[in-house]
Amino acid sequence: MTAAPAPRWGRLLAQPEARLALIMVIVFALMAALAPDRFLTGQNATSMAFQFPEFAILALAITITMLTGGIDLSIVGIANCCAIISSLILTRLAPGVDAGIGWLLLSYLAALAGGAAAGLFNGVLIAYLGLPPILATLGSGLIFTGLAVAFTGGTAVMGFPASVAWLGNGSLMGLPVPLIVFGVLAAGLSFVLSRTGFGLKVQMFGANPLAARYAAVDIERLLLKVYVASGMLAAVAGLVIMSRANSAKADYGQSYTLLAVLIAVLGGVNPYGGYGRVIGVVLAVLTMQFLSSGLNMLQVSNFAREFIWGALLILVMVINTRNWRRRRAPAAAPKGETR
Amino acid sequence: MADDAPLVEMTGVTKTYAGITALDDVDFLIRPGEAVCLAGENGSGKSTLIKLLAGVEWPDRGVIALDGLAQAAMTPTTAAAAGIAVIFQDFSLFPNLSVAENIAFGAELAEGARFYRGRRVREIAKRTLERVGVLMDLSAPVETLPVAHKQLVAIGRALASNARLIVMDEPTTALTEREVRALLGIIRRLKADGVAVIFVSHKLAEVLEVSERVVVLRNGRVVAEGPASGFDARSLTRHMTGRDLAETGPAPLLAGAPVLLKVEGLSKAGAFHGVDFTLRGGEVLGISGLLGSGRTALAKALFGLVTPEAGRVVLDGRDVPLGDPLRAAEAGIGYVPEDRLTEGLFLTQSILRNVAVGRVASHARGPFLDLGGLAAEARDWLARLRVKAPDAEAPVRSLSGGNQQRVVLARWLARAPRVLVLNGPSVGVDVGSKAEIHAIIADLAAQGLGVIVISDDLPELLATCHRILVMVEGRIVEDIAGAEATEEGLARRLAS
Repeated sequence: MTAAPAPRWGRLLAQPEARLALIMVIVFALMAALAPDRFLTGQNATSMAFQFPEFAILALAITITMLTGGIDLSIVGIANCCAIISSLILTRLAPGVDAGIGWLLLSYLAALAGGAAAGLFNGVLIAYLGLPPILATLGSGLIFTGLAVAFTGGTAVMGFPASVAWLGNGSLMGLPVPLIVFGVLAAGLSFVLSRTGFGLKVQMFGANPLAARYAAVDIERLLLKVYVASGMLAAVAGLVIMSRANSAKADYGQSYTLLAVLIAVLGGVNPYGGYGRVIGVVLAVLTMQFLSSGLNMLQVSNFAREFIWGALLILVMVINTRNWRRRRAPAAAPKGETR
Repeated sequence: MADDAPLVEMTGVTKTYAGITALDDVDFLIRPGEAVCLAGENGSGKSTLIKLLAGVEWPDRGVIALDGLAQAAMTPTTAAAAGIAVIFQDFSLFPNLSVAENIAFGAELAEGARFYRGRRVREIAKRTLERVGVLMDLSAPVETLPVAHKQLVAIGRALASNARLIVMDEPTTALTEREVRALLGIIRRLKADGVAVIFVSHKLAEVLEVSERVVVLRNGRVVAEGPASGFDARSLTRHMTGRDLAETGPAPLLAGAPVLLKVEGLSKAGAFHGVDFTLRGGEVLGISGLLGSGRTALAKALFGLVTPEAGRVVLDGRDVPLGDPLRAAEAGIGYVPEDRLTEGLFLTQSILRNVAVGRVASHARGPFLDLGGLAAEARDWLARLRVKAPDAEAPVRSLSGGNQQRVVLARWLARAPRVLVLNGPSVGVDVGSKAEIHAIIADLAAQGLGVIVISDDLPELLATCHRILVMVEGRIVEDIAGAEATEEGLARRLAS
């Protein structure tokens, strides 16, 4: 590598998102080089575009909670529980496969309401009862999964009207519907974070929760909204999964929690809170999908893939933590009375 | 180890924190049996020097040598092994344990004792107190002791773990005159024993007589150094502040200024009791007290960060809801916290955002935020408070202490509060910025704001306040007109 273009490149690559874009291109090129006849096909592109939105939406949920320095480990539990709410409405209340579009919308609304309620539950535990987010959502995730099992007895719910397939498998103007859903949600979140008072306060709270309290930020309501948003995003992801699987079950998408956390961290979201951009998360989603598809084509086993995800998460954290350490302030002097 | 080797020698030591140079190329030396006064105002770098000695912090540049050996790295453990003991102002004792247990704790720890042996603990404590020449009930819980005895226990603990250098942070501020005399006697005994002592204080006149040398720090640099006989209270003050004249007091309060804030019977168990006072529009009210007097808890209670059990706070005739910072802020109370770095600032966020965070609600346009208007307002306040920032989008941690404090002030002023509570407004701020912050306080009062300044910096209170309340053990014991107060008189009342 020559040193000549270093200044401009150096400045550009100082941005975590730019570094990530470079990594994405490298992963893409690598996979294209290793399996050119399968990876570089229109069919693969389409198949990827249908695959990633479900976990990408979950990664958005992780992103918004992580911006506050928290996390939501209950997203997969919420997703499945909400999908089951929707599926039970469609199969038990509605006239089965003949149910009209009205039933479908009603079941979607019920699922979103379920997601909001689950998020509210998390938010109350974290904002008002002061539980650490990682433990609160680890526990509540099991509760939501348990509810899903209780509703169904643990078996898959099937036999939906054909209209269910549209959200996960349909196309609109040549674009996969789930991709459009993810695009709208990502753009929406990006807008909320950069253009609204709520978004600004989320980032400020994440940067220093104590200072936010001293600056008279309404911390409790802020956290409540964050976890409700996370729960609703998880509900949407659950509906997409249900549509693609044409069924709903309490234990779908078990590997998605780790994947969503990995994407958020890879996308440059600071797990201590205060920094993160949606564009980074989108780039991380694409990188992971390229990697995942490529490994699939190279016939790497599913277990090896989970191993790779875990190793990658730790590697990215090690690299990023070194950067964050350098940027973080020194521990303040222990002075003054603390009563 | 040579006999004449200095116990500690620092050469060219420099330490910087987020935008602040705390120590700048400092040389410092102390020999066995020597007592040195380390003088300096708040923010002069004294506490940073102590932290380096204690091994809690490591300098960016420079060498620290113990017994003539340059240290590659120093940790609290190596500092303790070298016999360096720091006695902080709050003594860091275990209040629920007995005198003997507190004294023997460090020694037992150093020996790696695995089991508690009551008789051995008492023996260590007895021997140690004999060395100091004090008699004390060894089984009394430390929390029941008066301040002066707590200090002796802390000294005893240092000696029991074979301290050869004892650093004492503000050793005399909490003592009566007789207790100070007793302390000086003990220090003389220790010195004869070969123990070195560093007094760290901004009020050193009392300890000058037992000290060999004086080192004065200002803005992180050594500005004066020499034999103690060459200094008196006056010259010390001049070196510490860099100016001869004390700042003039505040402009007189307009007669008939209306009562703005009324505090009645405010109480919180273990913090403050039955606090009553009023604050007029345009008045600057000082609240002072020693560490643990309840002054910070009271300040926080006014802003809802601490929930009092009884009493009320009335602003403009309307009750301010207690225990809720949000509603206190809505009612018109602002609070600038004591510890800027952890409580006041969002260090990694931009200067603009640090100001704007308080004004988000006022710039909402439906679901949107009027980013332009918000930024323009923040820039306006930065300019009005003369914050020297080359780039308002830069992280706030890149600013100096004085400018950081103005950023926090700007955040609150943008909200147009009626009453502003400033807790330690110039802690960690250089002398020049300090005077400017005092000018800002005077300016705010002139505009009709009620300002409450919480501080233990007596010259600061005298320079800014119309009235000073003195807190002792959670109660307001005195209400002094600023014009009638003197530094000596205040110090005496604080320790009473």
